Amino acid sequence: MATAAAPSRSFLQVAATEEAVAPPLRVVQMEGLVILKIIKHCTEFSPALVTGQLLGLDVGSVLEVTNCFPFPIREEDEEIEADGANYQLEMMRCLREVNVDNNTVGWYQSTLLGSYQTVELIETFMNYQENIRRCVCIIYDPSKSNQGVLALKALKLSDSFMELYRNNEFNGEKLREKNLSWVDIFEEIPIKVSNSALVSAFMTELEADSPVTQSDYDRIQLSTNPFMERNMEFLIDCMDDLSMEQQKFQFYYRNLSRQQAQQQTWLQKRRAENMARKAAGEEPLPEEDPSNPIFKPLPEPSRLDSYLITNQVSNYCNQINRTSRMVMLIHHILAWLFRPQVSLPRY
Amino acid sequence: MASADQIVLQFFPLSTSLSAKVHPLVIFNICDCFVRRPDQAERVIGTLLGSVLPDGTVDIRNSYVVPHNESSDQVALDIDYHHNMLSSHQKVNPKEVIVGWFSTGFGVTGGSALIHEFYSREVANPVHLTVDTGFTNGEASIKAFVSVNLSLGDQQLAAQFQEIPLDLRMVEAERVGFDILKSTSVDKLPTDMEGMEATMEQLLALIDDTYKYVDDVVEGRVAPDNAIGGFISDSVSSIPKISPPAFDKLVNDSLQDQLLLLYLSSITRTQLSLAEKLNTAAQIL
Repeated sequence: MATAAAPSRSFLQVAATEEAVAPPLRVVQMEGLVILKIIKHCTEFSPALVTGQLLGLDVGSVLEVTNCFPFPIREEDEEIEADGANYQLEMMRCLREVNVDNNTVGWYQSTLLGSYQTVELIETFMNYQENIRRCVCIIYDPSKSNQGVLALKALKLSDSFMELYRNNEFNGEKLREKNLSWVDIFEEIPIKVSNSALVSAFMTELEADSPVTQSDYDRIQLSTNPFMERNMEFLIDCMDDLSMEQQKFQFYYRNLSRQQAQQQTWLQKRRAENMARKAAGEEPLPEEDPSNPIFKPLPEPSRLDSYLITNQVSNYCNQINRTSRMVMLIHHILAWLFRPQVSLPRY
Repeated sequence: MASADQIVLQFFPLSTSLSAKVHPLVIFNICDCFVRRPDQAERVIGTLLGSVLPDGTVDIRNSYVVPHNESSDQVALDIDYHHNMLSSHQKVNPKEVIVGWFSTGFGVTGGSALIHEFYSREVANPVHLTVDTGFTNGEASIKAFVSVNLSLGDQQLAAQFQEIPLDLRMVEAERVGFDILKSTSVDKLPTDMEGMEATMEQLLALIDDTYKYVDDVVEGRVAPDNAIGGFISDSVSSIPKISPPAFDKLVNDSLQDQLLLLYLSSITRTQLSLAEKLNTAAQIL
């Protein structure tokens, strides 16, 4: 279903001009149907992590997601891999017969407390990016949604990061050159929701009569302790990983400086030898010796892992921050309810 | 033979109280399929997936549309497509089985009986859901039917579609938020602060209403209703009786925990930015 972005031009004309320059992706427009499907699939299989495919249209600076279908849980077996591809083809074919947009625009996955920044995610992105010009990944967190928040995020890799990753040049110089820090790996895109008029009419009719909804109950509950505890556990694990990565770097730099010191002493010795030889009238020896192991360049450890871990840590921190602020808010209200004359300090 | 509504036929009413429960996803799916139907089709037909709960309620959780051809005297359903989609869906969720079928449009037509017969070969006692997308009678009517056989003596005459109670409570839709699902376009998803604000406003409005009602009753403006009074006194007395020092300690302890978490997370974030500067700035000259 093509939306009339500019009614004076036909869709074909718009599509033709798209080839010239691709406007940056500014917003992801999802249908309520897709949101409900994603929520259903992820919540049913929680805490296992599941994925699925997104279908829709790529129009200008908006990526419309109009339908989706879930993937079965994949076993690590070769013949079942082929099954998975068959399933996908079968679903796409069947959906095309009923006029659903047959265009893959990305995939969705569920996550546990926001720990989704892994190397697999980046690899999947690169795989998709080869075939589709613009793709997006929707992340849904079922555990956070138990607290009355719709934890839905649309992500894509930033272009500068993709270039670096493709060329596999993840060392310090290149990163400094491009000024790429760990926040620049993923870009979050705002999500817009749209519904067809028919569905909106139905929902208006079927809306529950009571003014208080389930999400309200979820929001004002005080027992967020299990959530916070798990968050802290993950945070601590991640900090351990981060410190291990940092130790790797320290090790590398120590080795590098030691190697350079060795090279210097060897060079000095060589120069002294050459002076002696020149005095004796012999040929000077070359000042480089590639066969000597101390001249072997040390591989610099990739910074990708530490960047990803940093992303995860920052995610956990943000979540803890937000949740504790909410809980403190409720505490204030509770305290006021009981003892209205006592005023608590503001935070 | 006279038509069915003139002769008193013997039929066996449903002995078990069968009822059905529909999840909002099904309604969304059906509406979406209806909007995308091919131009010559007047209605869409499809399969309902779900499970039967232990107490006999049919829980309708998912659905998919099946292409069909309908003319005045015959109906053709794409059975292969139906089986393909069923096996695909079951690969993802083997617990979802066929529980019935749906069609858009108001009421039950002649062709529906044939389709219902086909589905009763697939599953025992299928549920037929009609979703009135045309909004006849000016309202959205979603009804569920099961078919009961009408027989005259020993001879089977017809099948009667009997309506069964349908539970349309939409807990998941509430979770997502009706505002998002109701309007034709929402500019951005609400953040948790906004959601909290909305909840607080609701709470305030509810307390205001109750206060006004109690005032009115005390002043004699409104006739007192003992049931509501009972509810109000129950809610007020559900606040636990804790002595002020114990309550203070409770709240302060909890607040201190939260503050500590806040502090830890802020300090971690600072550490991250420091570490990043150190890592990328180090160069061997």
